[in-house]
Amino acid sequence: MCQSTNNIIIPTLRYPVRCMEQLNMTTWSMVVDCPEVAAKAVPGQFVHLLPDGNYTLRRPISICEINRSAGTLRLVFEVRGEGTETLSHLRAGDMVNLLGSLGHGFTLLEQKQPVILIGGGIGTPPMLPLAQYYGEQATVICGFRNAGAAILQQDFAKAGAQTVLCTDDGSAGHHGLVTQPLAELINERKPAMLYACGPMPMLRAIANMAKAQGIPCEVSLEERMGCGVGACLVCACNIYLDDGSVHAGHVCKDGPVFDAERVVWNG
Amino acid sequence: MRKGWFGMADLSVTVCGVPFKNPIIPASGVFGYGREYAQYYPLSMLGGIAAKGTTPLKQNGNPAPRIAETPAGMLNSVGLQNPGMEAFIHNELPWLLQQDTVVLANFAGPSPEACAESAAKLDATDVHMLELNISCPNVKNGGLAFGAQADTAAAMVRAVRNATKKPLVVKLSPNVTDITEIARAVEAEGADAVSLINTLLGMRIDLRTRRPILRNNTGGLSGPAVFPVAVRMVWQVSNAVKIPVIGMGGVASGKDAAELMMAGASAVQVGTAVLTDPYAPLRIVQELNAFLDENGIASAAELTGTMQPW
Repeated sequence: MCQSTNNIIIPTLRYPVRCMEQLNMTTWSMVVDCPEVAAKAVPGQFVHLLPDGNYTLRRPISICEINRSAGTLRLVFEVRGEGTETLSHLRAGDMVNLLGSLGHGFTLLEQKQPVILIGGGIGTPPMLPLAQYYGEQATVICGFRNAGAAILQQDFAKAGAQTVLCTDDGSAGHHGLVTQPLAELINERKPAMLYACGPMPMLRAIANMAKAQGIPCEVSLEERMGCGVGACLVCACNIYLDDGSVHAGHVCKDGPVFDAERVVWNG
Repeated sequence: MRKGWFGMADLSVTVCGVPFKNPIIPASGVFGYGREYAQYYPLSMLGGIAAKGTTPLKQNGNPAPRIAETPAGMLNSVGLQNPGMEAFIHNELPWLLQQDTVVLANFAGPSPEACAESAAKLDATDVHMLELNISCPNVKNGGLAFGAQADTAAAMVRAVRNATKKPLVVKLSPNVTDITEIARAVEAEGADAVSLINTLLGMRIDLRTRRPILRNNTGGLSGPAVFPVAVRMVWQVSNAVKIPVIGMGGVASGKDAAELMMAGASAVQVGTAVLTDPYAPLRIVQELNAFLDENGIASAAELTGTMQPW
């Protein structure tokens, strides 16, 4: 019992919020000062936030920007319920309870290869670290309900990426789904990789296009989560194993980023 | 007597002859087989670990969503997803047994014969204790099917008891008319201890879709919301049986742990709090120790069953 005499210091997991900005009616951008988390974080990972108050479960939020030199992470999230509403009340200088970074991130190719990033709605934020990595080699197609829901377009442009905006109602950019410009772009120049995050029907359609064209594709999935570290087995998603059998994998640990060919889309 | 490592009080307890460094044990289901939490702290700091409930064969569990937050708690409907007993014994248990903490192998199955077979396999290992789960509310075969009535619970325990000499803990459900009747039945069949409470069967509905939030429709309620139920049932059961009671149900602080021990628990499992904070079991040990020190109580074991009812 040699550890017996030393009390261990239990981490509080609390980090200062550096700035908080409202992007539209329901979407917020939060920058958190968490150098040791930022040092290890990679694109595609998420952090697990516990809102202050009587909450039992953490809220998984994908990482939108990793700034290692500043020691910060940027998190962009949508207010969907009471927990995210509480998180949206945080202001610069407040502390936020953050566990992370967690999960399996995106595969990064050599930077000189052209890639297409596709974000649907609140699935858009995890595309930004990829755009910042690939710069002008990246084309970003984003789909939103309407012009007011569009987020991060200037950030993508600032990263050097080409941007294509689509809206369901035609109030900004292309009127229609992200799959239309995606098909055109693939025809013009076949990308080395597709990356996507958004609603399941969008991801399924993109996965089908990628498979038909023989383009590697990674998707970031979402599921209601518990522990976030792979222990409680709550966030189940069916994935194919090497031998073709179906396995109940977990979004938090096996994902959130999956090879699109591994995902059982009807499962 | 060794001194507790968090402070002055002696945190050690003994349950069924098995010594624990402290009474705090992550409950089955929230802690997997321990590997995910070993990256956060040495598992040797825990009193013990109740490993994920394991069935004879691999099970994929229920479809997602499997979780929903509720006031001061949550519902889950994981449905005993696990790699099967052989995989547990060969791939997980050897590592778990090297972590210098007490390991409780939680297991369930579709019949008394199947559970007896699992118990025999576990009996041949170095695992410290067996925790027979007859109370999972999220599986159709097994689980609560056996734990809801005294006669089926007894038949299950009888079969398993004949298959192992290891300390046998039987995990009980609160979803019964009289939990003391079930506890007495499993004690009569040779259970060495009982653990309680498993989750309370519950349900939530998405008002927009008019569908249950959980894909399994119903799930098990846990977290601070169920703590008073746990205190009441631990008290009732500890008065009804002579074997030790391992208490659980919504424990989120050292004071909660002390309360459950006063109600009659010899050790305390921590479930949902681990999802809120991976460090919860360590924090609870520290808080329990502080409680003992502040109140001049020399050892955690002294708390058990000391509550004086009106």
